[in-house]
This record gives sequence, structure tokens and C-alpha cells, in this order.
Amino acid sequence: MKGFLDGQFTQLQLLQDESNPDFVVEVVSLFFEDSERLLNDLTRALDQQIVDFKRVDAHVHQLKGSSSSIGAQRVKNACIAFRNFCEEQNSEACLKCLQQVRQEYCLVKNKLETLIRLEQQIVAAGGSIPIEELSFQGYQVKL
Amino acid sequence: MARNGVVSMHWRSEKIDGFDLSPPDDEQVHVLAVDDSLVDRKVIERLLKISCCKVTAVDSGIRALQFLGLDEEKSSSVGFDDLKVDLIITDYCMPGMTGYELLKKIKESSTFREIPVVIMSSENVMARIDRCLEEGAEDFIVKPVKLSDVKRLRDYMTAREFRVKNQQIGNNNNIKNNNKRRLRETCDLSSSPLSMLFSSSSPSPSLSPSSLSSPSSPSPCLSPLPSPPILSYSAPCSPTSLDSPTRRLKMSSSD
Repeated sequence: MKGFLDGQFTQLQLLQDESNPDFVVEVVSLFFEDSERLLNDLTRALDQQIVDFKRVDAHVHQLKGSSSSIGAQRVKNACIAFRNFCEEQNSEACLKCLQQVRQEYCLVKNKLETLIRLEQQIVAAGGSIPIEELSFQGYQVKL
Repeated sequence: MARNGVVSMHWRSEKIDGFDLSPPDDEQVHVLAVDDSLVDRKVIERLLKISCCKVTAVDSGIRALQFLGLDEEKSSSVGFDDLKVDLIITDYCMPGMTGYELLKKIKESSTFREIPVVIMSSENVMARIDRCLEEGAEDFIVKPVKLSDVKRLRDYMTAREFRVKNQQIGNNNNIKNNNKRRLRETCDLSSSPLSMLFSSSSPSPSLSPSSLSSPSSPSPCLSPLPSPPILSYSAPCSPTSLDSPTRRLKMSSSD
């Protein structure tokens, strides 16, 4: 199972400390809101009689950016493929890509929610979270 | 690295306190961050705050200009002194005004052109990087932005502040000569020992300027950038450098 979250996610965890204990949750929440909005915009844009590929590409570019910033590498990679088809102005392929992106987004959303829940449980039980344990290398999410 | 008494003591005491210099508020580096992405704004803001910078984050070039008081020739009600923006870091791809256009506007302004501008972009395109550097950008960071990128910027800002202070003291010839001598010695070394001096308290293993950039995208243009400001912080190396043919001739004739 190839990594859903890359090193950038670890970078975000490094930015969390006692003064900012909810940083990761906050960024991840913003990512969820942003992504869901963009996915809706993309669905609408591709549903038009005449597709504005520039507009579609702009949305995908944004989604690629935020998924990259959060470390959601599979979403990012799906966006890269998507942009290629935007350039080709291929509606069919774009629709397939949108499906793919949405799928990857759902998968990473699950992983992130699980991770956050787990972190919260550990903290609630009085423990602390060593970054190495929860970095994408060390942590195995069982489906 | 200056070994002169006055200047180096100041430097050494700051390093003893570690990277967290805890400067008084008016001495904190104030960064204006510009990015249309909410996620990226949140991340860059935190990256900068954790690196002891004061941050103002805006979502567009227009807002950045408004903040600086540069929009539509409307003079800001806040005096420039109060704003004291030390660094502007902006995304390249933004709707409306791009980061490149913002860069140009800032460099065209007599009030703000001295402020270093750093461009961020997810696309590692040489032509884009070159264009930004030619327009006067201080540096170009490939997204996603990491702690090491911000650390490098912070070190550059510290060196820059230091250089300014040193120039203010530097009417004393003694200091200048000492620095020239030290700098000539360090000029012969590779750039990494120099950056080691600035990042000695950092746990990061990669210390040379070029390796501080993201490993996945070794933008070659990043390596020359930190060096000129750091090298020139006390005295220019080139005019009297040992490489000058004239100098070499003189030296050999004196042997």
C-alpha cells in the first residue's frame, strides 16, 4: 500500500507544540473544506455543455497545491494526471480523473481522521505523541 | 566570521541564547505573506511564527499592496515606520495579480524596493525562476514549503540585519581591515562552513545553502543566492580578492 501521506505531513506535525496543540487538526480541517469545495466546483465545471478547461485546470491546480502542502501525495499525483488531460481538453478523461481524485481524497480523509482520532485518544489518556511513531513511515493504518 | 571584539561579542551572545533569539517586539522580523490558498497561508504563517517572525498573511497581491499603502496612490494611514515589513514572501500563481506582478510593483516603489521579496511556487520551472530573480526576487522556494526553507530565510534576515548594523559601526577602519582579512580566509572555503556559522544551533543536518532547499527539487538557482549577502556582510570580497590578476602579479613580484 503506497504511502498516502508523504514527508510534508511530518513537517506539519513538527509545527505542532504545546503553544499550538491543534495545528495539525486545524490545517487538516481547512484541507477538507477546501477540497470538498473544489471537488464540487470541478463536478459543476465538467458538467457544462461547453467545458471551460482553463477553469477546470485552475481548480485542479489549487487542489494539487493544497494536497501537496498537507502531504497527501496520492491526491497530488492524481491532480497532476488530471491537469495533463485538461491541457488536452479531453472531457472523458477529465471525468475519469475527477473520479480518481475524489477516490484518493476519500481514502486520505479516512486515514487523516483515524490518525487524528488516535492522537486525541493518546493525549486524553495522558500520553504524548512522539513524532517518529506517527510519521508516515512508522505508522501502519489497518483498513 | 568577524573576530573583532565589539562586533563578535554581540554576535556570540545572540548565538548562546540559541536560535530563539527572543528579540523585543520591534526587533522581530516582520514578514508579509501572500497566498490565495487558505491551507498554504495557515502553513506558512505557522512556519514563520515558529521561526520567531511576526506574520501578516493576506490572500492576494492587491491586499498586500493595500497593506503596504501602495494601492491606487492612496497613502496608508499607517506610517511606513510603523509597518516595518522586513520580508515579503509571496506565492507565484494567484488569481488577479500574480506574485511576479506583485514583485514588480514592489521593486518599482522607491519606498519598498529595498524589502527582500521571496517567491514560492509549486512549479519548478527554470524560466520562471530566472524571470523572478531578474526582476529582483531575493529567493525562490519550491512548494511545499518546509521548515528548512524558512530557517534559511531567517538566517539570511539575521545576516542582513547584522550586516546593516555592522555597516553602521563600520566607519572604524580597524574593524573593516579585520573583517577583510577574516573574510579573505573564509572566501577560500566552500560556502558550507559560512552557513554553519549561522545555523550552528540548528538540528538540521544539511547546512550548505544549496542543500537547504527541498531535496525533491534541487533548484540550482538557489545556491548562489544566500552566498552573496552572507559573504558581503562585512566587506566585499571581489575588489581586493586574491583572484585579481593585478594582485597576483604584485604578490608574485614580492616573493
